[in-house]
Amino acid sequence: MSKLIFEKNLKGSNSFTLPPADIPEVDITSSIPASFLRETAPALPDISEVEAVRHFVDLSHRAYGVDNGFYPLGSCTMKYSPKINEWAARLPGFTSIHPYQSVETVQGAMELLYNMQNMLAEITGMDAVTLQPAAGAHGEMTGVMIIKAYHQGRNDQGRTKMMVPDSAHGTNPATANVVGYDVVEVKSNRRGLVDLEDLKSKMSPEIAGLMLTNPNTLGLFEEEIQDIAAVVHDGGGLLYYDGANLNAVMGISRPGDMGFDVVHLNLHKTFSTPHGGGGPGSGPVGVKSYLADYLPVPMVDKKDDKYIFVYDRPLSIGKVKNFYGNFGVIVKAYAYILALGAEGIKDAAQQAVLNANYLRQHLKKDYHIPFDRLCKHEFVATAKRQVDENGVITLDIAKRLTDYGFHPPTVYFPLIVKEALMIEPTETETRERLDDFLQAMASIAEEARNHPEIVTNAPHNAVITRVDEVTAARKPVVKWEDDS
Amino acid sequence: MKYTPNSPAIVEDMLRSAGFNSLDELFSDVPEAIRLDRKLKLGPGRSEIELTRELKGLAAKNLNTEDYPCFLGAGAYDHYIPAAIDQLLLRSEFYTAYTPYQAEINQGILQSIFEYQSMICMLTGMDVANASMYDGGSALAEACVLACANSKGKKVLLPDTVHPEYQQILQTYAISGKMEIVIVPSTAGVCDLEKMISLIDEDTACVVIQQPNFFGHLEEVEKLADAVHRNKGFLVMAVDPISLAILKPPADVGADIVVGEGQALGNSLSFGGPYLGFFAATKKFLRRLPGRIVGQTTDTEGRRAFVLTLQAREQHIRREKANSNICSNQALNALAATMYLTLIGSTGLQAIAVRCHQLAVYAARELEKAGLKLKYKAPFFREFAVLLDDPARANRRLLENGIIGGYELEDAMLLAFTEKRTGAEIDQLVAVLGGEA
Ligand SMILES: Cc1ncc(COP(=O)(O)O)c(C=O)c1O
Repeated sequence: MSKLIFEKNLKGSNSFTLPPADIPEVDITSSIPASFLRETAPALPDISEVEAVRHFVDLSHRAYGVDNGFYPLGSCTMKYSPKINEWAARLPGFTSIHPYQSVETVQGAMELLYNMQNMLAEITGMDAVTLQPAAGAHGEMTGVMIIKAYHQGRNDQGRTKMMVPDSAHGTNPATANVVGYDVVEVKSNRRGLVDLEDLKSKMSPEIAGLMLTNPNTLGLFEEEIQDIAAVVHDGGGLLYYDGANLNAVMGISRPGDMGFDVVHLNLHKTFSTPHGGGGPGSGPVGVKSYLADYLPVPMVDKKDDKYIFVYDRPLSIGKVKNFYGNFGVIVKAYAYILALGAEGIKDAAQQAVLNANYLRQHLKKDYHIPFDRLCKHEFVATAKRQVDENGVITLDIAKRLTDYGFHPPTVYFPLIVKEALMIEPTETETRERLDDFLQAMASIAEEARNHPEIVTNAPHNAVITRVDEVTAARKPVVKWEDDS
Repeated sequence: MKYTPNSPAIVEDMLRSAGFNSLDELFSDVPEAIRLDRKLKLGPGRSEIELTRELKGLAAKNLNTEDYPCFLGAGAYDHYIPAAIDQLLLRSEFYTAYTPYQAEINQGILQSIFEYQSMICMLTGMDVANASMYDGGSALAEACVLACANSKGKKVLLPDTVHPEYQQILQTYAISGKMEIVIVPSTAGVCDLEKMISLIDEDTACVVIQQPNFFGHLEEVEKLADAVHRNKGFLVMAVDPISLAILKPPADVGADIVVGEGQALGNSLSFGGPYLGFFAATKKFLRRLPGRIVGQTTDTEGRRAFVLTLQAREQHIRREKANSNICSNQALNALAATMYLTLIGSTGLQAIAVRCHQLAVYAARELEKAGLKLKYKAPFFREFAVLLDDPARANRRLLENGIIGGYELEDAMLLAFTEKRTGAEIDQLVAVLGGEA
């Protein structure tokens, strides 16, 4: 069992030192009243550098990233993160600049932000882009705030509800709630797409807009998107694009041309910035011209060959984050877009869709595919056959996949499909890798038929077996306690 | 550059094997009218050599704090980052992983988050902490959302000594209609306790206080805590993690929710991000916190294991009933903070906090000797404002002398001191500013 850092404490082993002071080392009690001072130091670990380094290297051995292998985690676009991007974001001219330096001293960073705003506007077909939001959900919140500010600005006060499809990612309804909207759920039809009749019946003067992902969370393109847009717009609402799935269509079809008014992107999905084990991401938001005044402050603009921050924007929703966004992440995505160029961007989308369809075609031999037709960058399979035949469920298959060296797909999402396995291979996988995965899935299907216990007891090769989640939640232990 | 590995011949094979004749056919479900009938205006792809040239060129146009001593703070600090941190962050098992949904193959990441949560609790004295928020400002907004969701009232009271951007972010989040932000004018650079306490009533969900405040000064928190608690509201504190090495932990002064900007803990300035917001609270908020939480449990063989827990709070389960929509957070930045606190240790963190303070005290005295006056008299930690007729001009003169000056206030300059600064650099700063007196 691996020890916690606190259990590796060796008193006196930390040897961090500061340079000798060239100022008087006055006692802090002479300048800070005792009532403000703490009596005992925080009990941080006392550990040498070498043991600290070994600790984190050891932790890394028990983690799995895209660099370790195939990561078909649906909706997350776990593509390869090019190393040049990491190099770029680590240039001292980017890492060591303070956000409040005068703009004359950070013209390179401003130029990068300005170019990025424009490139993302071009890719999405929008007129103006903010880079401030820190992640997808944060972009959603920013975008929905803009929708709210827009209706308020027109004194259209009765719009208290936001429509969200039943296939939507959890952040969509949560965002609507966080911004103060009631949620109206729109049904999916038998083809897995927005049910246009249901949408029409729910559109009303109380509806502020519709949040949509296209392709949707089943990996299916909303073919009736123009009709959907017309229903929402004719009813006085706005159309919001959750850009988590843009990887499927970039360079091929733009949300702005589909009729969307507001878009957020996930640079940590579509634009290759690594997910960092949970973040940081970056969630830029693009809008059509009639919403541009509502974007957060500041915007980056160019005036007489000089890049400037524009704060004087009276209709702006304000700020959603300190400073200007996750700049270091933006640098990586910027390098990625430059590297690919127009053709590379389109190529990435095509290959992503090809890889997904290749897997779909070959997986259906062993697994139920509820919407078995042309998909975009991802598709949903299920464990229906395995459940019916031997009681092997999706979770079991996911765990067993790790024994074969693969990261499992997203499971039990979208909610409208039972026992869902949402598979997104991305464009950066070789056919060999995909074939290996298919082979593993086929083996698991066979095990499920003949030796189901192998699957239901998986994983067998991981550092631990399945965890007791119930106790974790019933009797939460969320920090280390010193019981020595 | 392309990062798609299949050759055209293989692509052809795959197309056929998947039942398609061409790449275009893969998009037959996209209506003609909304297909882009031209190339994106992005220019051609670049080779790595061109990329490095272009990016180096942009980076070179920025004056950076490696080359120029920097006295800017105001929410982002130029602290030293131990060399080991970046080396470790480059382990791609960490940085190319997603959120650790699958516990069995991500014990390393889950354990690191558990350690991070524990360290945040050690610094703040609070019972529980989450796995991180986007940054200090958005963490504060979420803290106020949490306070409002758990109280009858929706008034959020804060002095104008809270970071101006935090104030703005709160106002923005209040578009939800679920919070009412009341900003109370301060006196002499600190919260006007009497006025603040007189405004606390039954409709007050929380009082927000920043420690040290935006101007660097120390706020008297206990009386506010008592007053807001008497009215069944909560005390929300935004704190500087470095200061917690020497200042009373927020738990000891009555805080219910504690947030802060964690950048100072091993994360580079990076023009404002990515940083991390930390978020801690008393036990009773455990099942209501926003964001990811890692818990300790056991596997089927009884071994200690870690897992994302209490997920019933989160957007993917609660959907439109969730009080926060956060999904991805700032995990890698939180990992950097964990590495920082590990490598620096308690005594190291104390030494850093003390040095920052001593440098600030030295600078204040030297500036006063040079005939300048501090804007406010209250005790400070490592930041204070010095009165100047024309702070913008002073900053230009500092820059001419190879120094990145402070944050410009209307009639003053807010100066920050980290352990990277030296007495010699301060003497230079004073020499330039002294000429401005
Ligand atoms: C469809 C969809 N929308 C929104 C999000 C939220 O993005 P983030 O995690 O960056 O907040 C995700 C991420 O999982 C997603 O898949």
